[in-house]
Amino acid sequence: MHNKTIAELGAGLRAGEFSSVELTRHFLERIDSLDEGLNCYITVTPDVALQAAEAADQRISAGYAGPLAGIPIAQKDIFCTQGVKTSCGSRMLDSFISPYDATVVERLNAAGVVMLGKANMDEFAMGSSNETSFYGPVRNPWDRERVPGGSSGGSAALVAARLAVAATGTDTGGSIRQPAALCGITGLKPTYGRVSRYGMIAFASSLDQGGPMTRSAEDAALMLQAMAGFDAKDSTSAEEPLPDFSAGLNDSLQGLKIGLPKEYFGEGLDAGVAASVEAAIEEYRKLGAQVVEISLPNTHLAVPTYYVVAPAECSSNLSRFDGVRYGYRCEDPRDLEDLYKRSRGEGFGEEVKRRIMIGTYALSAGYYDAYYLKAQKIRHLISDDFKAAFEQVDVILGPSTPSTAFGLGEKADDPVTMYLNDIYTIAANLAGLPGMSVPVAPVEGMPVGLQLIGNYFAEAKLLNVAHKLQQATDWHKLAPEGY
Amino acid sequence: MSLDRSDIEKIAHLARMAVDEDRIEGYATDLSNILGLVAQMDDVETDDVTPMAHPLHMAQRLRVDEVTEVDRREAFQAIAPKVESDLYLVPKVIE
Repeated sequence: MHNKTIAELGAGLRAGEFSSVELTRHFLERIDSLDEGLNCYITVTPDVALQAAEAADQRISAGYAGPLAGIPIAQKDIFCTQGVKTSCGSRMLDSFISPYDATVVERLNAAGVVMLGKANMDEFAMGSSNETSFYGPVRNPWDRERVPGGSSGGSAALVAARLAVAATGTDTGGSIRQPAALCGITGLKPTYGRVSRYGMIAFASSLDQGGPMTRSAEDAALMLQAMAGFDAKDSTSAEEPLPDFSAGLNDSLQGLKIGLPKEYFGEGLDAGVAASVEAAIEEYRKLGAQVVEISLPNTHLAVPTYYVVAPAECSSNLSRFDGVRYGYRCEDPRDLEDLYKRSRGEGFGEEVKRRIMIGTYALSAGYYDAYYLKAQKIRHLISDDFKAAFEQVDVILGPSTPSTAFGLGEKADDPVTMYLNDIYTIAANLAGLPGMSVPVAPVEGMPVGLQLIGNYFAEAKLLNVAHKLQQATDWHKLAPEGY
Repeated sequence: MSLDRSDIEKIAHLARMAVDEDRIEGYATDLSNILGLVAQMDDVETDDVTPMAHPLHMAQRLRVDEVTEVDRREAFQAIAPKVESDLYLVPKVIE
């Protein structure tokens, strides 16, 4: 039952082959027996889940249920869930029971999903290995001595380990695509503004974007359909019409123009990963696509630019955590300044502190022009690279990450090495473009992700391109042993 | 750009964030390395480039000036660290 996709389970539910309560119990039992070795969930919510499952069963038997009704999923712990702890992977919010639902949560609940629990993540989504979580690292189900990637590491690992059918994630610099690649699942970061940020705890507001993490492109289309759309509660929500993301999944790729940025295939790319990506490109040729080399000349500036923009916005966003109205407060503060300083010092972990300090420095008097303004200008250059590329091609294709999953602890002490892991994913966030990671042939038993980048609001095209590959190959169906 | 101990202390104060005494040297090294990475930006000529503040170059939306929120003080104060008589409590600010 746990190997089935959303589409297959939905058909089974509507045909009365099994109920959502049975399906939910099955997944709760799997979490009970298997999650201890992985640490994917921060909070498991059996009561909430079974209540939602019962409600879904009623809707299904009454005959007015959509494709997600009764489907068990996990919510990344960055999304506020009313009445349920929402920690964002931080000690700062360890005691935070959200008084409201994020728009994404509200919409998925309205579609009838069953929330099994809240997924582990890097603290405040700052990390590429899920090792910065206050609740301990998540382990990769393909090899438990390796990281699952981050920051949506819990979401990726639990989808790969079949501890939920799908999950939500968020992506500020690769946090959906990188863990999806390292865990062998499908992850989609939509166009900036496509999915509401309301109730999604802010890290870098001009980059943050929520999206689905699933086992197939077909499932990602179903999830995105429920998650996306204009929301008046998000001031940067895009007022764009919402297409039917499933309608064009099977469209022919005959004549599709795929661009391969030469900068994504150069030095630093693991040879095994390159070979897997090549094999997928060959499949696309067989499907009738035209493959051409393109150039994104400012690629090497994406990581440096990101590490000004993201920390600057994070230092501003995280100033709200002051120990006064909610969240962690230190013991016996002497005065107000002591309350602020110690609550923040004790409530935040190392990586969050590093980024707050970088951002504070970059925004401090006298440095604004040299850092933030300079970064915003280079951001424009990076965005223009893509603009020029999309005049020649329909989609851009490359690796999602330079290598397969690295070992736990291997890069934890060196922030700069860790940051370079997001070298292929960050540019899409800076430009605001949609990006996707799709599993291709594993290397030495570890998953590899193929990245697809599309033009603004072209999620349906990305899903179509990913789905056709998944129809022609079985890479996305591989499961880690023991799960 | 290399940061030293006193820079870290100053930045931590600006961020109103306590840092452990024995971690200050470590932060100085880490932050200097990150700024070293960021310094690659300096090689690019950007005098004629306009800064990009928003990926979609969107204008800020306006809405009608009317009350849309309901009073949820009780729910919000239920999760506060310290509350008394409907007020959030902090240490005394004025002696």
